[in-house]
Amino acid sequence: MRNSTTRRSLLKKTLTGLGCAAVMLLSPLSLQIALAAEAEKDELKFGFIKLTDMAPLAIAYEKGFFEDEGLYVTLEAQANWKVLLDRVIDGELDGAHMLSGQPIGATIGFGTKAEVVTAFTMDLNGNAITVSNSVWEEMKKHVPMADGKPVHPIKADALKPVIDKINAGGKSFNLGMVFPVSTHNYELRYWLAAGGIHPGYYAPHKGDISGQIDAKALLSVTPPPQMPATMEAGTIHGYSVGEPWNQAAVFKGIGVPVVADYAIRKNMSEKVFGVSKSWAEANPETHKRVVKALIRAGQWLDADNNANRKEAVEILSRPEYVGADAQVIANSMTGTFEFEKGDKRETPDFNVFFRYHATYPYYSDAVWYLTQMRRWGQIADAKPDSWYLETAKQVYLPAIYREAAAELVAEGKFAASDFPPAGDDGFRAPLTDTIDGVPYDGRKPNAYLEQFEIGLKGDTKI
Amino acid sequence: MSNPSVATPITETLKTARTSALLKRWAPPLILPLLGIIGFLLCWQLVANNIQTSLGQFPGPAQVSEQFSGLVGAHLKEREKARVFYERQDTRNAALLAKNPAAEVKVRPYTGKPTFVQQIFTSLYTVMAGFAIASLIAIPLGIVCGLSKTIYTAINPLIQVFKPVSPLAWLPLVTMLVSALYVSDDPLFAKSFLTSAITVALCCLWPTVINTTVGVASIEQDLNNVSKVLSLSPLSHVRRIVLPAAVPMIFTGLRMSLGTGWMVLIAAEMLAQNPGLGKFIWDEFQNGSSNSLGRIMVAVIVIGLIGFALDRLMLLLQRQFSWDKNAVLR
Repeated sequence: MRNSTTRRSLLKKTLTGLGCAAVMLLSPLSLQIALAAEAEKDELKFGFIKLTDMAPLAIAYEKGFFEDEGLYVTLEAQANWKVLLDRVIDGELDGAHMLSGQPIGATIGFGTKAEVVTAFTMDLNGNAITVSNSVWEEMKKHVPMADGKPVHPIKADALKPVIDKINAGGKSFNLGMVFPVSTHNYELRYWLAAGGIHPGYYAPHKGDISGQIDAKALLSVTPPPQMPATMEAGTIHGYSVGEPWNQAAVFKGIGVPVVADYAIRKNMSEKVFGVSKSWAEANPETHKRVVKALIRAGQWLDADNNANRKEAVEILSRPEYVGADAQVIANSMTGTFEFEKGDKRETPDFNVFFRYHATYPYYSDAVWYLTQMRRWGQIADAKPDSWYLETAKQVYLPAIYREAAAELVAEGKFAASDFPPAGDDGFRAPLTDTIDGVPYDGRKPNAYLEQFEIGLKGDTKI
Repeated sequence: MSNPSVATPITETLKTARTSALLKRWAPPLILPLLGIIGFLLCWQLVANNIQTSLGQFPGPAQVSEQFSGLVGAHLKEREKARVFYERQDTRNAALLAKNPAAEVKVRPYTGKPTFVQQIFTSLYTVMAGFAIASLIAIPLGIVCGLSKTIYTAINPLIQVFKPVSPLAWLPLVTMLVSALYVSDDPLFAKSFLTSAITVALCCLWPTVINTTVGVASIEQDLNNVSKVLSLSPLSHVRRIVLPAAVPMIFTGLRMSLGTGWMVLIAAEMLAQNPGLGKFIWDEFQNGSSNSLGRIMVAVIVIGLIGFALDRLMLLLQRQFSWDKNAVLR
């Protein structure tokens, strides 16, 4: 009968259709497993701020490392750190050159709350603190000299009498830094506190995020390009910033860098390559490839004892990257750093892009920034040691770095010894090379905070 | 004229008459402005030579023209880099196809940074987009306000309150709105473009609204009577009587809006990061190199020239659309 034949043929058709669909669904899957995974997104846009330590991004682009990984990357300078962070969070930028404190600050909710992670540290060191000529004239009287030159590192003890003098004249002592969760902010505060100068507290739980509670030196945010002009106008007496703004002050004769941050605490992460967590989860293969290209760029920058730095300086001086005069950039990137005009010192580690496992995202670096956030009140409450470690693990993702490194070793571009050993727990050896001699052990953050005279510790709350 | 004693004075008179006629014809539009510009350039060079700050020397005309040729040169170099990039991509794609003929190959746009010339075009089409949005809102609104006194009295306070708001004040709000509402995996427009265009629209729709309202409200009563006599439908009334009568005022408003929009755009681009002239100036400021001030001056002059050109364009359009060909439009 027609009914039964139609039903049977319908059943046959459905079954064949399902069978075909199953075959079609399964075959690309098997093909994917057979081939290496493709990057989920290959047209990327990364943001950066015009500072010399965006070099790994510029080098990875100019030397074709991104293209080798099949990625088509556009680099775009951003107006300021806030705009950069907002654009990464809302997806306009796939990733960006970020301050080490930005992913951490965003994750704990100081400033815009968002989940931002990083799997690559772009560089170590690279900042300095510059003061105006008039402040330096006064400071020099209190700085120990040897052979007619100041003994480095210059401690903030020499600055204290200068501040007292300015305060006696009825004025406040003002300093600039680039962002509330910037590395420059924490370095400046550390240096001031080591000299007995109180840099001020934050009290976000009370709504006070000026960072000037109880302060003897008032710190405020100033955009880097405006720092030289603001210092010349007398609005600020000094600033803490990355390059080329310290050397620019020397070239223009308006200020004197007094201390570089590698002397404040040696070899800690400065900038990181940050992405939003949702982006990292949606594009794991792309993220890994980006990290691979950046590792190669970092290694190129430090290769052969900084042999490639001259070429790097030429690339960075192009207006689409840092744009400052090549001479100014070269002053800090080719192994020297000029303090007072004419006083150039050998500083091969002024900025480090690959040596000392610079590119590995160490938990201990994240924990240090968290301790400083607690020290100055950005984290209002006391937290147990375990909280520090857990937060660090949320933000820093060494696992992705490891995958990238493993692939690079497999491709023969690197040796396994170029990277931290496999069993590394993510903590650097305790750091003793600090300006005030206080050792830092990332595994014991609360005990570390107890050692400071100035700064919140224990259960103290503003 | 065979008698030279008569002919020569006559020729002389003709010559002087011709020269004075030429001068009278050309002096106002050409010679006087040229003299003004040359005088300004000389003053500028003098002033620039005397302003020497620790942050650099104020750029004079010589430095500015040097920077301009530098920017054009950079544009050409970038075009060359783009060509090489596409060649590399083609070779890569060809290799992929050779390995696997069924592979998907994409041609991706050049990843390098936009040059000064490209930034000029970006600024132009952003301002056009913002201006179009503003006009689409402002002209109907103005017509409605002009036709109905009640609606005008109701809306007028809002217009007066929103008119003086600076673009930089609108920008954070607009950025937030665009980020929240314009979510898409493969966006057609960049968010920075939308933010800039909307900010421009918000700031430049007010002159058009006000001028359209005034233009519509001041239509001659005779024309309104004609419409009543013919019992025109509201839409016909607007199309056939109101719009043509109000065109002069509407275009005045549009010209002012375009001028305001162009000014606002530069400010909006600086913060919204739309890759146009505003971003060029901000990036050069951040560079702080010895060339930067000169380049910023180049951008200032280009912005001025483009603003002037846009205004002349609107004037041309106004002459086209105006029904009173005898009216003097400047």
